[in-house]
Amino acid sequence: MCDHVSTTTPSTRKQTSVDANNSRVYKLGAVGGDWLDKRVAGGGLIKFMARKIFPDHWSFMFGEVALYSFVILLISGTFLTMFFDPSMSEVVYNGPYEALQGATMSRAYESTLEISFEVTGGLLFRQMHHWSALVFMVAIFVHMFRVFFTGAFRKPRELNWLVGFTLMVLGMVAGFSGYSLPDDVLSGNGLRVVEGLMKSMPVVGTYLVMLMFGGEFPGTDIIPRLFTVHILLVPAMILGLIAIHLVLLVLHKHTQYPGPGRTERNVVGFPVFPVYAAKAGGFFFLVFGIITMISATTSINGVWNYGPYDPSPVSAGSQPDWYMLWTDGGLRLIPGWESTIFGYVLSWNMLIPMGIYGLLLAALALYPFLEAWVTGDDREHHLNDLPYNTPVRTGLGVAWIMTYLILALAATNDLIAIALDLSINDLTWALRIGFFVVPVLSFYITKRLCLSIQRQKRDLALHGEETSRIVRTDTGNMIEIHAPLSEYDRWVLVQHDDYRPLKAGKGVSALRAKATSFFFKDRIDPVTPAELREALEHHGHEKHVIDELTGGDYRTPSEKSSH
Amino acid sequence: MSAISSKEGGGFPNPGLPPHVHRQADISKAAEKRAELIVASMFLLSVVGTVLFIAAYFLVTPTGINLFAEEKSPSALWWSNLTIGLGLAIAVFFIGAAAVHWAKTLMPDEEMVEERHDIRSSDETREAAVGIINDGLEESGIARRPVIVTAMVAALAALPIAVLAPLSTLGPLPGNKLHHTFWGHNPGQRLARDHDGTPIKLSDVAMNSIFHIMPEGLTSETEHHIEERAKAAAVIVRFDPKLAKNEDSMAMGVEGVLAFSKICTHVGCPVALYEQQTHHMLCPCHQSTFDVTDGAKVIFGPAHRPLPQLPIQVDDEGYLVAPGDFIEPIGPSFWNIHKNKDV
Amino acid sequence: MKALAARRHHPMALLVILLLALVATGGLYAALQPQTAQAEAYTEDDVDAGEALFLANCATCHGRNAEGLLDADGGTIGPSLIGVGAASVDFQVGTGRMPMQSAGAQAARKPPQMNEEQTRQLAAYVASLGPGPAVPDEEWLDTSKGDATKGGEIFRINCAMCHNAAGAGGALTRGKYAPPVVGLESKHVYEAMETGPQNMPVFNDTNLSPSDKRDVIRYLETLDETGSPAVSPWARSVR
Repeated sequence: MCDHVSTTTPSTRKQTSVDANNSRVYKLGAVGGDWLDKRVAGGGLIKFMARKIFPDHWSFMFGEVALYSFVILLISGTFLTMFFDPSMSEVVYNGPYEALQGATMSRAYESTLEISFEVTGGLLFRQMHHWSALVFMVAIFVHMFRVFFTGAFRKPRELNWLVGFTLMVLGMVAGFSGYSLPDDVLSGNGLRVVEGLMKSMPVVGTYLVMLMFGGEFPGTDIIPRLFTVHILLVPAMILGLIAIHLVLLVLHKHTQYPGPGRTERNVVGFPVFPVYAAKAGGFFFLVFGIITMISATTSINGVWNYGPYDPSPVSAGSQPDWYMLWTDGGLRLIPGWESTIFGYVLSWNMLIPMGIYGLLLAALALYPFLEAWVTGDDREHHLNDLPYNTPVRTGLGVAWIMTYLILALAATNDLIAIALDLSINDLTWALRIGFFVVPVLSFYITKRLCLSIQRQKRDLALHGEETSRIVRTDTGNMIEIHAPLSEYDRWVLVQHDDYRPLKAGKGVSALRAKATSFFFKDRIDPVTPAELREALEHHGHEKHVIDELTGGDYRTPSEKSSH
Repeated sequence: MSAISSKEGGGFPNPGLPPHVHRQADISKAAEKRAELIVASMFLLSVVGTVLFIAAYFLVTPTGINLFAEEKSPSALWWSNLTIGLGLAIAVFFIGAAAVHWAKTLMPDEEMVEERHDIRSSDETREAAVGIINDGLEESGIARRPVIVTAMVAALAALPIAVLAPLSTLGPLPGNKLHHTFWGHNPGQRLARDHDGTPIKLSDVAMNSIFHIMPEGLTSETEHHIEERAKAAAVIVRFDPKLAKNEDSMAMGVEGVLAFSKICTHVGCPVALYEQQTHHMLCPCHQSTFDVTDGAKVIFGPAHRPLPQLPIQVDDEGYLVAPGDFIEPIGPSFWNIHKNKDV
Repeated sequence: MKALAARRHHPMALLVILLLALVATGGLYAALQPQTAQAEAYTEDDVDAGEALFLANCATCHGRNAEGLLDADGGTIGPSLIGVGAASVDFQVGTGRMPMQSAGAQAARKPPQMNEEQTRQLAAYVASLGPGPAVPDEEWLDTSKGDATKGGEIFRINCAMCHNAAGAGGALTRGKYAPPVVGLESKHVYEAMETGPQNMPVFNDTNLSPSDKRDVIRYLETLDETGSPAVSPWARSVR
């Protein structure tokens, strides 16, 4: 609207005027820079980093959100450690919350109540810590699937995919160890479920449980131990892996979406300094601000309602935080299978769900290697795929997400049953069937959708956009006026790689031939230059006819009369 | 062999970067001034937020001074959380908004191009690297001194085993702990109400009621009382004996009053959602459903074993007592649950 | 009693008075006994009016004499109400669960169809059919005497597994559910514990004493007042 298109390379940017104010900034910078450079060779670092180019796209934001919520986790977590006491010694509550006055509880629970009710700003920081943990995991998942669907995990980034995957798993460990710390009824029952799962492991189970809890459940060791895991081990590992993740990011340079001027050999975008310093730095504060806003207005995990942990009570509607839901869902869907062999018990009702979780995670972690094996593609990839150009990968990704979602929904079956007035038994059966049916269906639907989009994009590349303006020739034929695409717009539609199934033999195993057939059997031929030439020629003829009929004026009669 | 197909006709040529589109602030002095003003005022708004944050920290506290609510009232906490939070949110959000707006309207938005290089090192570098490694290996003499190498491998293989020693001291061995509960260790306990520890008479148990129980002798004075509670937790229910489907189970009760472990045999949540008309007990965690008229047999959900029953009797004074332990170990199944372990 | 004594100058009068006094004391004693707490005395008129209401509104399912009705397959259409007591009626009718709108997994709470007077009359009629729990005495509804902490402990051990730790309710099997329990009238909460409506087990006075019940009600009030302390007041009023 207000944008002006300039046809020449623009150089209308104003000459930077160094006025008195700015010069002082520069002088200070010069003195400081000199001092630093002589001590830490800062100049080299700036020369290397400051003008590095990063591409710009909204979908590249999720990884940033994850990083920033981790920083907020560190800040708010540090605040909490000043007041939290991970001790299982028994105390009698004497604080301001009426409904627990005089109750016996652990010091850990009491100090959580103190943080919530008595420490100024304590509740806010507790909320920020919990909310940013939720956001952290959302951001990691969305980022991970952005990478998955655009093929950004391909060579040379396979290792960084594994680093990211490990971060996701560590995020879950951090979350679980964290929300178990307040020692309330909800988290205590969560720990008890973990104890049950561990105990079910053949041979070693009971020993592991004794070691983990320092004796029988719950014991007095688990909270202090989880505290060390939560504030030292896991954050240190996350921090280290984030460092590796980012170093590899700089080493590989960021991927970019296909577009005019973007190639496998370049990266097009904006420099770290000043644009990303401002944009990404600013974005950190935006994420911080939004999480703080949510925490100030929407309080979650009111541990005072759950009460201090005691092995006897439990609450209806007991669910873990969202990122752990899927691990609970399988436990709800599995039928009560258990077998006894020579008097020893195999609890399939726990071992099968755990096995399925392991398989789901392994599939995600190893996918890049699987796909590389199938395609045999040994090139470096820095241009992202558009998800519809890789129908099978996109379908598999959606199927994985649907499996995950079914499990997560299963973990909330009691809440859904109430909200939708359903029978929890029927719902459980529906989800049991859904676990097998929905992923397969969603795979095929997604794949067909991708192929349809490819077909439509192919038409678009060849024939341009329909203008909804139709001209009738003397013979009564109807011709729709097509507006051809600019070569810039067309480029995105014609640049992608094309893969075909391989035949077995000549160093291709039968298995791999089958795999390539599964991946690439259904395909839409990409537009070739010859096809485009032909289409343009055809359009040339058509345009000639239309021009003769309209005198080159494509406006409709009503548009003409209104002018 | 790769599945990539070569592009017919060599594919299309990349048309290169499209022409740049200018922003309003690039071509209009007024728009530039306006953007500058917006950025500056957002930074200043952040200062207001910081002031609000600090002020609220001291003037709107949960337990002390509070400008908006009565001292120590629940709404004092709410106001404190809200005002401190909003202050902080404004303080940080507007720094972010200002910086992003600055970057988007006033910093260069012409795309720049940087070349990529192969990730792989150049051949010379690789050669040099291999040379360095070889030289180093040569200098260390690793190939020439098999004795040292063997000894080193032995040392490095043995050391991790040392970790097992401290690990093994993290907790005791299971022994027979998982097989027995407080009921078994102290036979003849009266059944007591869980919430106040008072013993229960048979006549107290009304039809279709449920009592959450603990052994009378298990109090907060008992050693490891929380661990003992975790295993001893049970319920008693009473239903019309005419409804009974399991004679063995009824024989372990008194006049239709039966006691069962409350710990789910799936993964160990307390069960105890008792429906008095269907006589089903439901676990809120994973929906295992047990029929108490049929020896707490599983009728739905992931649990396999029935809830272990606690045989009960009536003593001389009419109180319910448990002569021994549950008929089998309580809670989730484990490897050797059916292997008898004596007390 | 003086008037009575003045009118009848019969030697037996003293004995009658003595007996009456004994009965009255016994009655008073019985009234103070939690098990048979009788909050209000019903008159013959109440019972008659209640019977008329019963025949018009309830007899279709519960039978003309409240003996309960079975369908052809032996399934219960409406259970017998003999001996369920006034508390049960006051709860079921006072919370609008009865008369039931339609057959379903369980009767849902809805705006009551009977006014307080009618509810009382129905309760009088059902109470007259056989002894059962009465409407609770004011004494046990006076939550200023209740102990929220103790109530919370009782609630978590006996109630939270179905009604949720924050009293938000929860799912039972096959479409049944435990309803939310915060923000309700104390009397109804008490009666629910006392009588065990629908699939809720009975928590009679030998399980949770009247003062235990009062503590639970006090705890639920605290939940309602403070709720989640950091939840905004308007969100609280929406719930």
